[in-house]
Amino acid sequence: MPAVCLYFQAHQPFRLRRYPYLEVGKGGPYEDEALNRRLLDRVARRCYLPANDLLMGLIDGHGGRFRFSLSLSGCLLDQLELWRPDVLESFRALAGTGAVEFLGETDSHSLAFVYSPREFVRQVEDHAGRVERLFGHRPVTFRHTELIYSDEVAAAAGDLGFEAILAEGAPDLLGRRTAGVPYRPAARPRMRILLRNARLSDDVAFRFSRRDWEGYPLTAERYAAWIRGAGAEGGVVNLFMDYETFGEHQWEETGIFAFLAALPGEVLKGDDWVFATIREAACLVPDGGELPCPRLVSWADQERDLSAWAGNAMQRDALETLYSLEPLIGGRFDSRLHGTWRRLQTSDHFYYMSTKGRGDGEVHGYFNPYASPHDAYINYMNVLDDFAREVRKEAP
Amino acid sequence: MFGWEFPPRLSGGLGRVCQALTGALARRGCRVTFVAPTVAGDEAPAGVTLLSPPPTADATGPRAEGGRRRWSLHPYRRRRPSSGPAGWSYLAGDGVYGEDLMAEVEGFGERAAALVEGEDFDVIYGHDWMTVPACLRVKRLKGRPYVFHCHSLEYDRGVFPDDEIAAVEREGLKAADVVIAVSRYTKERIVRLHGIAEEKVVVVHNGVDEPARPLPAVRGEGEEKVVLFLGRVTYQKGPEYFVEAAARVLGEMPEVTFVMAGTGDLLPRMVERVAELKIGRRFRFTGFLEGEDLERILSESDLLVMPSVSEPFGLAALEALVRGVPVCVSRTSGVAEVVESAVKVDCSDAAAMAGRIVDLLRDPALRREMARKAREEIKGLTWEAASGRIMAVLEGLRGGGA
Repeated sequence: MPAVCLYFQAHQPFRLRRYPYLEVGKGGPYEDEALNRRLLDRVARRCYLPANDLLMGLIDGHGGRFRFSLSLSGCLLDQLELWRPDVLESFRALAGTGAVEFLGETDSHSLAFVYSPREFVRQVEDHAGRVERLFGHRPVTFRHTELIYSDEVAAAAGDLGFEAILAEGAPDLLGRRTAGVPYRPAARPRMRILLRNARLSDDVAFRFSRRDWEGYPLTAERYAAWIRGAGAEGGVVNLFMDYETFGEHQWEETGIFAFLAALPGEVLKGDDWVFATIREAACLVPDGGELPCPRLVSWADQERDLSAWAGNAMQRDALETLYSLEPLIGGRFDSRLHGTWRRLQTSDHFYYMSTKGRGDGEVHGYFNPYASPHDAYINYMNVLDDFAREVRKEAP
Repeated sequence: MFGWEFPPRLSGGLGRVCQALTGALARRGCRVTFVAPTVAGDEAPAGVTLLSPPPTADATGPRAEGGRRRWSLHPYRRRRPSSGPAGWSYLAGDGVYGEDLMAEVEGFGERAAALVEGEDFDVIYGHDWMTVPACLRVKRLKGRPYVFHCHSLEYDRGVFPDDEIAAVEREGLKAADVVIAVSRYTKERIVRLHGIAEEKVVVVHNGVDEPARPLPAVRGEGEEKVVLFLGRVTYQKGPEYFVEAAARVLGEMPEVTFVMAGTGDLLPRMVERVAELKIGRRFRFTGFLEGEDLERILSESDLLVMPSVSEPFGLAALEALVRGVPVCVSRTSGVAEVVESAVKVDCSDAAAMAGRIVDLLRDPALRREMARKAREEIKGLTWEAASGRIMAVLEGLRGGGA
């Protein structure tokens, strides 16, 4: 019984405002509230509300046969709680159907795993608690920021009680294996890894509206045929993508909503095909054995590694400076300082500093509020300097 | 008198120099008509008339921007970084200058000459190579003596000087009846690099105006120190030596803040270098500063470092000194020959520079003493004095000329 696993990642960072040197020492505020509200309103209008509506209709219409998974970063939850409780309610309504699995991740969409194991644990636990409170179940599937994965990430997630974990179906990791079955992490054989089908996922996320693409225009019928082709020998087809694909990265005018609306019907035309949440697929689909992954992989850029966030000297200097503050923040985990420090860990800040050219650069550019990676670094370091002064002022 | 910037539109120090100089000349009874590509008109000193050529619409002419037509010129060829989606960039220039330089300089020369054709005057006076085409045209038209005031040479600006610019500069220097150099250092280079007769070149050091505000006291020990680089971030100004020295100082004194104020073609590389050295924690970039912000950054600094590879004068150092901020300057600068009480270093010797910076930062008494002495030494460097020497040059030309 082949399965389709749809998983959508929803995230909005708290973008920083222009913070010139002459303001260093004033103690903030660091975030551009007006910009962040405006962008949240826009993405809510274009994506979250219409896509939630559409998915709700699909769940109703297919009588429980359409199921999927969703992960909301803690930053997005913060923004929705602050400014758009109506949108949060609409996500809660999806949770209420029982057809949606909510995943766990680091609360501030951070790279804490790489730089501070202690902070990583705190963030994952905080996020899991929020998901449980808001959506009614404690997450059992973990996905690291930007699908960063390694044996150690799996072990850390296993220690925190997670049963399944997501990773990129990167060629390096897979070798000659297929991404079409779950695997067992080397260090935690009772867990399951589900691997993203990169080609099919990106056909929608990146190529859907590209006129120079051979698959253009992509219909749900054609796409369902590709899915059936990929799952011909059973197993699971994992389609993981940003939720903002629907209406924000691919505008409504491209026909992306009509495509999504028609997709479940097309997939379910194949008699034995089912939709499954991550946890269901992990339980139902026989695994392909142990999959070792000693080094970190991610879903970003061509390299599928950490180079999108820590690939150049500016990114590494910013990250190292940020995490060097941890001892000064000490045990004050519930303090205002700790909350600010956590927000400054959001991976987007470092992504904006990326200096990669072309192909990937275009993707980076799309999300980037700065004129250049150097501006991103200068501004972030000004904020961090200010914040470090605050921390030192309040140090015990 | 032909220039290319005048307050409030500024790129570097030259606009302010022109403002101070024309004002001082006017006070001595000289009638000055100042022609620049763009003038705002409300900052003219008494007795000075500001003019700019009328707008035209052809491709090499002024461009429409912000609803006003204006000329765009740049003495230092460079690309202008665009601003981001949020509408700003720390890398952005001052907005005064444009890109197709040579055509604009020629175009300015043509129109500026046409503008003053009907005027009557005794001397043609031009600042730097940008005004050479204008001055030469007017000289041909009117046959008046020509003074070339040289603030900077193309050879100061880069490892690979622009041949075209150097050629224009040389043409102007050769055609000029008198060349005014801002330092002995620059005079020597004009003579050596351009083959100009020594007796034609007069040295007149710049002046510096007292700041409007009272001087801040040098801050005491215990407070975190700020070391400032102020200027264009270009090869000429030696920004990389400042960064390398900063890394060494921070190795010994981790609580010092280094500030690089200014923009230029090397700024992205400097930002990357700071990150590579892992000193971003204590190294700030301000982008282009002017007005109040400039005043504030100077008043908050404990030391100004000017590691220029080749600095005809170095007005930033004087501006720091009149505000009581001690300076560390490279030996290859004009300011080094007029200020005794400055720390003088070889710009490329980062270790030595770092050592001297540490000495100064650790010794508030030394800083205070140096700042005090230096202020005494520059008391004579006023625009009153400079304009007196220039006036003598002008009188000599009028008497000996027509």
